[in-house]
Amino acid sequence: MNNKAENMDKNKVSPLRGEVGEGRKYMQLSGLEPLILNENSNFINVGERTNVAGSRKFLRLIKEEKFDEALAIARHQVDGGAQIIDINMDDGLIDGKASMVRFLNLIAAEPDICRVPIMIDSSKWEIIEAGLQVVQGKCVVNSISLKEGEESFVWQAKQIKRYGAAVIIMAFDEVGQADNYQRRIEIAERSYRVLVDKVGFSAEDIIFDLNIFPVATGMEEHKKNAIDFIEATRWVRQNLPNVSVSGGVSNVSFSFRGNNTVREAMHSVFLFHAIQAGMNIGIVNPAMLEIYDDIPKDLLELVEDVILDRRDDATERLLDFSETIAKGTKKGRVADESWRENSLQERITHALVKGIDTYIIKDAEEARLNATEPIEVIEGNLMIGMNVVGDLFGAGKMFLPQVVKSARVMKKAVAYLNPFIEAGKSEQQRALGKVLMATVKGDVHDIGKNIVSVVLGCNNYEIVDLGVMVPPEKIIETAKKENVDIIGLSGLITPSLDEMVYLAKEMERQNFEVPLLIGGATTSKAHTAVKINPEYKNAVVHVNDASRAVTVVSDLLNKDTANEYVLNLKKDYDAFREKFLKRGKSKSYISLREARQKKFTIDWDTSNIVQPKEMGIQVLKQLSLKELVPFIDWSPFFRSWDLHGKFPNILTDDRVGEQAIQLYEDANLMLKEIIAKQLLKPKAIFGLFEANTINDDDISIKKKGKEITIFRTLRQQLKKRDGVQNIALADFIAPEENGKTDYMGTFCVAIFGADELARTYRDKEDDYNAIMVQALADRFAEAFAEYLHKQVRTKHWGYANDEDISNEDLIKENYKGIRPAPGYPACPDHLEKETIWDLLNVEEIIGVKLTESLAMWPAAAVSGFYFGNPASKYFGLGKIKDDQVTDFANRKGITKEKANKWLQPNIADI
Amino acid sequence: MSKIKQELEKRILVLDGAMGTMLQQYNFSEEDFRGERFKDFPVSLKGNNDLLSITQPKALKEIHAKYLEARADIIETNTFSSTTIAMADYQMEDLVYELNYESAKIAKEVAEEFTAKEPHKPRFVAGSLGPTNRTASMSPDVNDPGFRAVTFDDLRLAYKLQTEALIDGGVDILLVETVFDTLNAKAALFAIEEVKEEKNVDIPIMLSGTITDASGRTLSGQTAEAFLISTAHIPLLSVGFNCALGANLLQPHLEAIASKTEFAISAHPNAGLPNAFGEYDETAEEMAAQIEEYLKKNLINIIGGCCGTTPAHIKAIAEVAAKYKPRRHSELVSESHQNND
Repeated sequence: MNNKAENMDKNKVSPLRGEVGEGRKYMQLSGLEPLILNENSNFINVGERTNVAGSRKFLRLIKEEKFDEALAIARHQVDGGAQIIDINMDDGLIDGKASMVRFLNLIAAEPDICRVPIMIDSSKWEIIEAGLQVVQGKCVVNSISLKEGEESFVWQAKQIKRYGAAVIIMAFDEVGQADNYQRRIEIAERSYRVLVDKVGFSAEDIIFDLNIFPVATGMEEHKKNAIDFIEATRWVRQNLPNVSVSGGVSNVSFSFRGNNTVREAMHSVFLFHAIQAGMNIGIVNPAMLEIYDDIPKDLLELVEDVILDRRDDATERLLDFSETIAKGTKKGRVADESWRENSLQERITHALVKGIDTYIIKDAEEARLNATEPIEVIEGNLMIGMNVVGDLFGAGKMFLPQVVKSARVMKKAVAYLNPFIEAGKSEQQRALGKVLMATVKGDVHDIGKNIVSVVLGCNNYEIVDLGVMVPPEKIIETAKKENVDIIGLSGLITPSLDEMVYLAKEMERQNFEVPLLIGGATTSKAHTAVKINPEYKNAVVHVNDASRAVTVVSDLLNKDTANEYVLNLKKDYDAFREKFLKRGKSKSYISLREARQKKFTIDWDTSNIVQPKEMGIQVLKQLSLKELVPFIDWSPFFRSWDLHGKFPNILTDDRVGEQAIQLYEDANLMLKEIIAKQLLKPKAIFGLFEANTINDDDISIKKKGKEITIFRTLRQQLKKRDGVQNIALADFIAPEENGKTDYMGTFCVAIFGADELARTYRDKEDDYNAIMVQALADRFAEAFAEYLHKQVRTKHWGYANDEDISNEDLIKENYKGIRPAPGYPACPDHLEKETIWDLLNVEEIIGVKLTESLAMWPAAAVSGFYFGNPASKYFGLGKIKDDQVTDFANRKGITKEKANKWLQPNIADI
Repeated sequence: MSKIKQELEKRILVLDGAMGTMLQQYNFSEEDFRGERFKDFPVSLKGNNDLLSITQPKALKEIHAKYLEARADIIETNTFSSTTIAMADYQMEDLVYELNYESAKIAKEVAEEFTAKEPHKPRFVAGSLGPTNRTASMSPDVNDPGFRAVTFDDLRLAYKLQTEALIDGGVDILLVETVFDTLNAKAALFAIEEVKEEKNVDIPIMLSGTITDASGRTLSGQTAEAFLISTAHIPLLSVGFNCALGANLLQPHLEAIASKTEFAISAHPNAGLPNAFGEYDETAEEMAAQIEEYLKKNLINIIGGCCGTTPAHIKAIAEVAAKYKPRRHSELVSESHQNND
């Protein structure tokens, strides 16, 4: 030891404040997050399943280099509550050093695992050092000892100190392993003195493993194994300041292997006494632990006699007792496989109805061998099954998620059979009809369209799916080339409505005759009847749920009845249109000037304006999806699958409850996988700015008093009774003439990767999971918006830092301040997205794009404004009049024509 | 106690501002970067700012002097990228010792001139050790998260060479800065400890991490406190944060560590966030006003500027810093001394 290190030690000041006042110091470790012991720390539980010496499964996975599955074990440990994970690669048949480095590198890429500290466990120094070189956090080395003498002990400890890790010291010296009380405390004390005095190791970073050995082995010399450990622990904690004591607990019950009741009781009793004596860290399998108070009194007494060595015949008595305990074997739940004994057709129908794809290829092959032509299997066996599915669905006895699963089984069978059909060059399967499906230009939302496609596909219609953002020319061209029987258009955002009208006009101009289906969240029977239907003399039908799509399409294509059906349809839509237009006239509106006089007023002299703590623009890219899960609002998720009801009540609903539970379970499985493998990536940008309302309806955004941009808001014009205001969002911001600086924010959050992930499922003929991914990504985007709003309210803006409300209340929006989004009721004008994009530089910084219709891409995205005033509230704009459109165009400096185009859905007719 | 530790007890020390922003104003051409010595060098050298310590030493001296005139107590050497790893882009690995040595020498010379003029305000030189362009705990290959483009030992050896040259060139402090991967920093600290032992010198170390965004984490995913714990095994002069964020956005992270360490606390934030053109447009007064918030809360011992800051910023910061007392870390240190004894 050179003088330098000794000097350093004398001057050494523990860097971390800890408990300066009491002089007691506590160990601190870190993964991505800190793990800090303190006087209130409970026992620290170390996960031990990622140990090749302790887990055969883990050893096999490492040997076979199945690192993904090995990572799953680590994740399971952390999810199960392990605060540190122990990793051991000591096995003669694997390259321990390479495996350790590889596995730790992989763990570093998994934030849900590496948030906890790592324990690098090896008897080889070479492996320990390799591990220390690849972990950024403060680890624990497990372990070193005086076994090879003091020189190598000192050298290793010095290296560990320099790498910045804590260390487990085994009670082992040149003579051997400590196996009684005296040897344990002698070795511990000697090790401590060397570490603290010679190496300058911080005592709080020392953990003693005082050797837990089995008791009740029948050997006289093992009787005191447990009590000696416990007493040595007490001595160490009292005499060696600031250290910790650890050990592998399951050793103690080794002689009762196979009798878990006794083993679990022994672990609990041992821990109970060891923890009281000062053991504060341990390797424990939580599944092998009985609750101390739940141990039956008779068993407890027998176990304590053994652990504490209270009677000479303790071992015999416990053995006798253990033989009386029935070794109840746990039987896992076995799936009911009795349907496999039915006839081939019954099996195929069962598989389709239940959505089970396990045997479908086997069954399809059997059917193929029985058939003359492979095509018969599809047209016969499979269609018989799918007809049952169709009937049940039509009768409301099956639900959408089940149908989509049926389709998955169907597709799998068809994919298997196709090569045989091609090889046989037999005639192509004849579909009932060909349907072109497309989400229109500028729009990116396609869950609904995908669901309808799947359901129609199930019913033997051939689908030509052109995907999203499809230009009208391509739709027309494909329809001609493919000679389709029906065109289906989908859209979610309002500008898509115009696209649909345009397409109807084009179809008319080019003398199309095929029916046009309209669907998607923004569409309505009213819009279809009033705006689209008159433009096309052939059939136009608004279809907004998948279950109706099949009947509508079949009616439209039935040669015998189609003419009459279309005639009735046209009549119905005309009548609806007339009625609708009349209703529109019955509402009355006030002028923009009048509406402004009736604006929503806030008393700005008394209103509490809070200046944001953090002004300016911030980005958030490093966030685990896990953080967002509590913010998910599940009700809309079920709605996207045509299951209606509020979550969680929907799970116990008489009609759809069972399906809802199944869907919810599948969703959670997918959710887990997405989180574990980080298959989706959340990114956000937000900014908080100075703001003042100008000219009644505009909000001037400023930086240090200088205007940097202007948001235009729209004002309600519906005539209301006296005393009820006509609101615009601008009313929630202090007007400039008032002289006070107010604030507002804008944001964009998005979930990246859903499209790519959905495609991988679609490529595997798995529409069920493809749609699931999209539906979950949408939920994540909404949850992210909710999460970020909370962060902004409580942290970045900080006007609600005392806020403490439940997630249910969050979903119900029971908090101060609002986050309205362009394209939604309070701000139906999508054009303001462009202003947000310019102000925050959204596309360049986080990569969310705007299409020509101002839809966001990726589709799972939310953008909007933050208003912090407690008086601000959500409202619907309703219809506006031409005077406001003119005024808006002038204020914004755009043509009246452009304003008309974008505000169209909100302009009152006539 | 070293000279700098004594000064740190007395007042808040001011670190200098950005080097890059200042060098840009010279508009050096490829020829200027090359100078006579590298006129036939096989690769383009424009943009290799660290090389200017050899080819344009006069400009370097001028910039150091401007920051010292602006009342900076500590100036940083022009060696942010002077490691064998970062210099590989310019095929200048062999020049690393000289780059660091010369940069240290230039800075020390200017600092000593100012100390001679004002002995009551001694000036110090901090040798800058940047993060390199590779990360030891993250994979650059999205398809292979287990891959690493650099190992701990690569980094350790690179930092060791840099440290030796900086110390030989006369720096007073080593500044491991802009840490976005804690494992890189641990390799640097490991190397410094080795050099200290081999040369039998004691030299104070400043450590400065970078919080990337509103997540409050480093690029490698650690929280501010986890970063602190992961590096606290080395006796540091100071720990803190720099770059990525403006002064106001850095404050919560400084608060997160200030109450948990006995090391001095440092901060050198950017001049706000870059605007749409990638320029920093926060003025000296605006930045100083935000920094005054730190000082009011008694969070700081060493304060300076990173990207976008100029001598004007440093002057304004030095003026507010002079009005406040340093964070009381030293009293805590001496208290715990007594406890230890």
